[in-house]
Amino acid sequence: MEPSGYALSATPLSLDATFAALADPTRRAILARLASGEASVNELAEPFAMSQPAISKHLKVLEKAGLISQGRDAQRRPRRLEAAPLEEANEWLEAYRRFWEASYEQLDALLDELKTKARKPRRTRR
Amino acid sequence: MKDAGKLEITTPSDREIAMTRTFDAPRPLVFEAFTRPELIKRWLGVRAGWTMPVCEVDLRVGGKYRYVWRGPKGNDMGMGGVFREIVAPERIVATEKFDDSWYAGEAVDTTVFVEKGGRTTVTMTVRYESKAARDGVLATPMATGVAESYDKLAEYLATIA
Repeated sequence: MEPSGYALSATPLSLDATFAALADPTRRAILARLASGEASVNELAEPFAMSQPAISKHLKVLEKAGLISQGRDAQRRPRRLEAAPLEEANEWLEAYRRFWEASYEQLDALLDELKTKARKPRRTRR
Repeated sequence: MKDAGKLEITTPSDREIAMTRTFDAPRPLVFEAFTRPELIKRWLGVRAGWTMPVCEVDLRVGGKYRYVWRGPKGNDMGMGGVFREIVAPERIVATEKFDDSWYAGEAVDTTVFVEKGGRTTVTMTVRYESKAARDGVLATPMATGVAESYDKLAEYLATIA
């Protein structure tokens, strides 16, 4: 997704929701749990000292960001991880990193050049 | 010595992203490369067909800077801001705003230069202050934990690949 825009600015708006959803430790823990397989709301609530409604609230945020979805089982209504938005976020971060890595490599070369220049005796000096 | 080039990206708070990199050059030189237009133009974001036709820097408190990059297809991308603090060659604080911004409001960049044994470590911290963040509604894009989620994500993606 990088090529059309610029690494530093061209973040699709949809990523705001992704990053906002990722900004909370409970939600990250939920995603980490779901990375190992789908789970019901009860199962997700277990490791946290949190009420089910509180967990449901987090799930709603994740769902809105498209990071999770609900499985077919009508009884358990298991949640599962959706990879696409995470991949997009991942790519954006990668583009950000690449931008700075490439820039700083150019800066290395420039600094080498400047150092060499600085070492040369100036003509006006004796 | 050549490991100077490792870029470290961290998220010190839920509104900041920090990037640290060490350069094999003394601090005054690095500071110049970050502040003099004719030098900035030669390294910042100029890669893969991108050039920097506009680079203006009025290096004083309250002074403005303006950068415009041009892509290989002729597409322009601009940003700029105002200097809030300048302590040469140690520290620069400036606002940043992109013309087509993906976050609301301005961000504040703090760049710190530390020299040790002839090498200079530059840490640039960008603090976002989007309206959403200010209102406490949502965290800004480069929020806390992005880096760790990123690690987890890499693991996860490996499993589904």
